[in-house]
Amino acid sequence: MSRVVFTVGDDVSTDVIYPGRYMATVLPTETPQFAFADHQEFNTRLKAKTVPPGSALVGGINFGCGSSREQAVSCLKGHELMIVARSFARIFQQNAINLGLNIVEVPDLEAADGDELEIAGERLVNKTTGKSFSIVKLPKARQAIIDAGGLIAYTRKRLLGGSA
Amino acid sequence: MSITMGMTVVEKILARATGKESVRVGDVVEPAVDLAMSHENAALVINQFREIYQGTPLEPKPWDPERIAIIFDHRVPAESPKTATNQKKIRDFVGLQGIDKFHDIRGDVGGICHQILPESGYVLPGAVVVGTDSHTTSHGALGAFAFGIGATEMASVWALGTVLNVEVPATIKVIVKGRFKKFVGPKDLILHLIGKLSAKGANFRVLEFHGPTIKAMSTSGRLVICNMSVEAGATAGIVPADEETKRYLRQEAGVKGKITHVLPDKDAAYEQVVEIDVSALEPQIACPHTVDNVKPIKEVAGKKINQVVIGSCTNGRLDDLEVAASILKDKKVADGTRMLIFPASARIYAKALTKGYVGTFMKAGAVVMNPGCGPCLGVHEGALGDGEVALSTTNRNFKGRMGNPNSEVYLCSPAVAAASAITGTITSPRKGA
Repeated sequence: MSRVVFTVGDDVSTDVIYPGRYMATVLPTETPQFAFADHQEFNTRLKAKTVPPGSALVGGINFGCGSSREQAVSCLKGHELMIVARSFARIFQQNAINLGLNIVEVPDLEAADGDELEIAGERLVNKTTGKSFSIVKLPKARQAIIDAGGLIAYTRKRLLGGSA
Repeated sequence: MSITMGMTVVEKILARATGKESVRVGDVVEPAVDLAMSHENAALVINQFREIYQGTPLEPKPWDPERIAIIFDHRVPAESPKTATNQKKIRDFVGLQGIDKFHDIRGDVGGICHQILPESGYVLPGAVVVGTDSHTTSHGALGAFAFGIGATEMASVWALGTVLNVEVPATIKVIVKGRFKKFVGPKDLILHLIGKLSAKGANFRVLEFHGPTIKAMSTSGRLVICNMSVEAGATAGIVPADEETKRYLRQEAGVKGKITHVLPDKDAAYEQVVEIDVSALEPQIACPHTVDNVKPIKEVAGKKINQVVIGSCTNGRLDDLEVAASILKDKKVADGTRMLIFPASARIYAKALTKGYVGTFMKAGAVVMNPGCGPCLGVHEGALGDGEVALSTTNRNFKGRMGNPNSEVYLCSPAVAAASAITGTITSPRKGA
């Protein structure tokens, strides 16, 4: 079960997720402090560790649009958030898969702050409202990267002659 | 499955890059990479690259240093010890690995990656180009399949020389007709198209540009439309190579070798066809805080602006500076408005100096900065104050983009930027418009 800790609208850009002025910081160990830096209340909660791992961040359409900056993924991954959105921008989605950020695409999603979400097979259930929604399954080729434990492990396997 | 169905440009490029006869939308392929570009985020790529080799007996050597390009542009000269140290780390790596396509902070060969690649002749039609920057779509202007990837993906490319698990994208054909009115151009066209398609309209898709307006457009203009294709979500924008492409590569980029045009088949399958007639198009403005919030200039004319920016990988080329200089000649930037100009490369800067544009800008009161990304991504210089408004020829107006979430950014063409700098308000360069 994942509690919704933060909701945002459509077209949330990587500049909102991870403002450009922090881009000199690149290490995944250091980026989480700047997650949603301009949403001070949420950022403060994240930094104070009052958001339990596995909590859900709910987004609208085109979540993560804009820049290719991987910090926008590593900063969320550092807090072990699950990102549930109606759709994701391409580069953000690929970066999330590569780094192992838990993203779930739910086109008809309806969820508000405080709602409890649960994944049941190919459906996402909003336990608070009782509604359930279908999850868009990732193509096999992308799932393979997740199953390998991310792109670094996947590429390493390939280099060593494995059939990645 | 039809056996005779034609291919789009990107399908043809991917077939070539995977050694296949043909590929189809949705196929998962692993294309060989012709050019892999990074900027300062190469610091993260290097970390991830070394991580791949952890615990293996293999030495971390990139597959082909000749096919790697690294250009410093996002924070030049360094704004902080952190950036300076990252840049130093990259320099060391470049030296160690023998990467020749390296453009350091220099007044002769430096500049923004998306200008350096074309002007250096690094990108040829039919190439597969990846870059750790979303505006890598720019290079579709030369008929290449060019797309943005993350740093870890790039580390994988450095290791393997291929991009793993690429799904062949569907293509939207954009046919552009008509002649632009005076002071209306490629930037207005692409803003109009983004407004029409929306910020997600081309997500996971390629925009392939056709039509007489594109045929008549310079490579500089094509770079503008391909650059901003990503703002409609597109994986890539692409203009099939033609005589103009060849002219640019030979005359401006000094390419001596063979140039092969990769063209779409007549019966290529497009997901959608969009037609645009630019004859009646007025200057377009993207309003805060999304790039698809596009309005004709008359709806926002008169809006007070504090800062005008001309530059970036979108609109910092010589023709952009030329039109701005023609408007600013013997005029003054309005009191209460500051104007910052960033040529896209050192080469452009030098030409602008020779042609007298730099002098015109300085006389008008504009500040001409060194080539680089500058204030576009709010990381380095030219930040906005609380409640301030910028009008900029850059490519994004997301909240906080110019370094301050309590500010606004409007996007426009160089002509609109120049005309507006004089009045201090959003102003059409077209009299009476």
